[in-house]
Amino acid sequence: MLRTTGLTKRYGSRAALQSLTLDLQAGQFVALLGPNGAGKSTLFQVLTGLFAADEGEVEVAGHSLARSASAALRHIGVVFQQIALDLDLSIRQNMLFHADLHGLPRAVALDRIQQGCSRLGIDDDLDRKVRELSGGNRRKVELVRANLHRPSVLLMDEATVGLDPKSRLDLLAALHADVRERGVCVLWATHWVEEAVGADRVLVLHQGALLADGTPDDVTRVLGEDTLEAGFIARTR
Amino acid sequence: MSSDPLKPNPGREQSAAQARRGIPHALQALQAIVLREVIKFSQQTGRLLSALVRPLLWLAVFAAGLHDVFGNTVVPPYDTAVPYDVYVAPGLIGMVLLFNGMQSSLAMVYDREMGLMRLLLTAPLPRAWLLFAKLCATALLSVLQALAFIAIAALIGTSLPVLSLAGLHALFAMICSALMLGALGLLLSVHIKQLENFAGTMNFVIFPMYFMSTALYPLWKLQSSGANWVYELARCNPFTYAVEWMRFALYGKDPGLAPWVVIGSLLVFFGLACWGYDPQRGFGGLTKRGGGSS
Repeated sequence: MLRTTGLTKRYGSRAALQSLTLDLQAGQFVALLGPNGAGKSTLFQVLTGLFAADEGEVEVAGHSLARSASAALRHIGVVFQQIALDLDLSIRQNMLFHADLHGLPRAVALDRIQQGCSRLGIDDDLDRKVRELSGGNRRKVELVRANLHRPSVLLMDEATVGLDPKSRLDLLAALHADVRERGVCVLWATHWVEEAVGADRVLVLHQGALLADGTPDDVTRVLGEDTLEAGFIARTR
Repeated sequence: MSSDPLKPNPGREQSAAQARRGIPHALQALQAIVLREVIKFSQQTGRLLSALVRPLLWLAVFAAGLHDVFGNTVVPPYDTAVPYDVYVAPGLIGMVLLFNGMQSSLAMVYDREMGLMRLLLTAPLPRAWLLFAKLCATALLSVLQALAFIAIAALIGTSLPVLSLAGLHALFAMICSALMLGALGLLLSVHIKQLENFAGTMNFVIFPMYFMSTALYPLWKLQSSGANWVYELARCNPFTYAVEWMRFALYGKDPGLAPWVVIGSLLVFFGLACWGYDPQRGFGGLTKRGGGSS
């Protein structure tokens, strides 16, 4: 569903990504674990076409991001680390804006907005300005918005930063449900090891290179410690 | 949970069929981007007020002080000697367009800092089209403000011949000028790293562009006063041609090279802005700082 081959990105002489090769399948919740500065956000910028890689290829649902960017981007939903909502618009206006950018007919968009917001318990606030929402609810808006065009791949870049424990669990539960019900592939970037434990697959990124790739148990073994957290800390310090 | 990525996924196929493609999709996105700017503008009454107060002050105060500055001299494109407020009005329309065009660069930098630009640029449409849609939104707001200025100017005694065939030509000139100045704003937004740098834009772009043009005085005045270097710079300034095109169009006179310079500058500025927003260069300062914390 999401494939990268030899992905390299440099900022000047510093390599943020070093020949990264990945193959993520549909219906997988994949945790991308990495400390600050590991290259997670850079990877997301490259996967969404914001920046071009210096070397390597990205393929989304069989479409090359370099050669057919629009076709590839149609299959991607993304929640960036920094909340990207227009504070002066209401939830509904923010979502309709996204739906229009993705060419969704109005009736379909309104229906999905209602469904998605209702599922996450923010449907009563649809006409409130985003400025008035809590951080947790803003994230929920972003999650519903990222799913509006029913992407095959959902990229979540440290989406739980600043959230309280309950909002964090709610968000994760909603994503796992998407994986089960729609077969979406979720790439969840985090530096919180506990968020990676329930994943189908864990990727450990350090200094732009892949340190380990497998189930949480496999990765724990590869990292050579008793727990995933201990291994992660030991190998990425 | 894994499945073959090549195997059709009913949900995905249904979704793909429901989304518009091609031109209808592009037009829907254009409409959404323009509508967003209009909604935001309608929520900012202070912005409209300040956009109007600035040129109206020039018209009501500055132009009153220089009312007979041209004496009996006939300044093209006018057939007779005109009071200064009539001469300066097209320049003040240009001022409205110039300030809004530059303000659009501020809005782009704000969107970039707020992360909204990422949302826009990850839409499944060509990046040049998305930037063009932003440009159309800016130009629409510029023209609406300029029309409001023309209406208020008429109310305070400076009528421009807009309700005529020549008025249509002038409207076209205004739209092209708004697009050209919006494209310049778009280009500047590539290079402005932070909102705080907008003061620099005021000092290094808006004021020089405005004062070194024919907005306030004819070119021959600069030459006859011996300010040759200002004269030469004003002759190279695309804003001069925007003002002259509007001024000549309003009075049904041939604007000469002005339309070509304005449209040519529009194409160059927009082309350079698209180049600046190319993924290979990232967008603005984000490339250099890596675009994220990790």
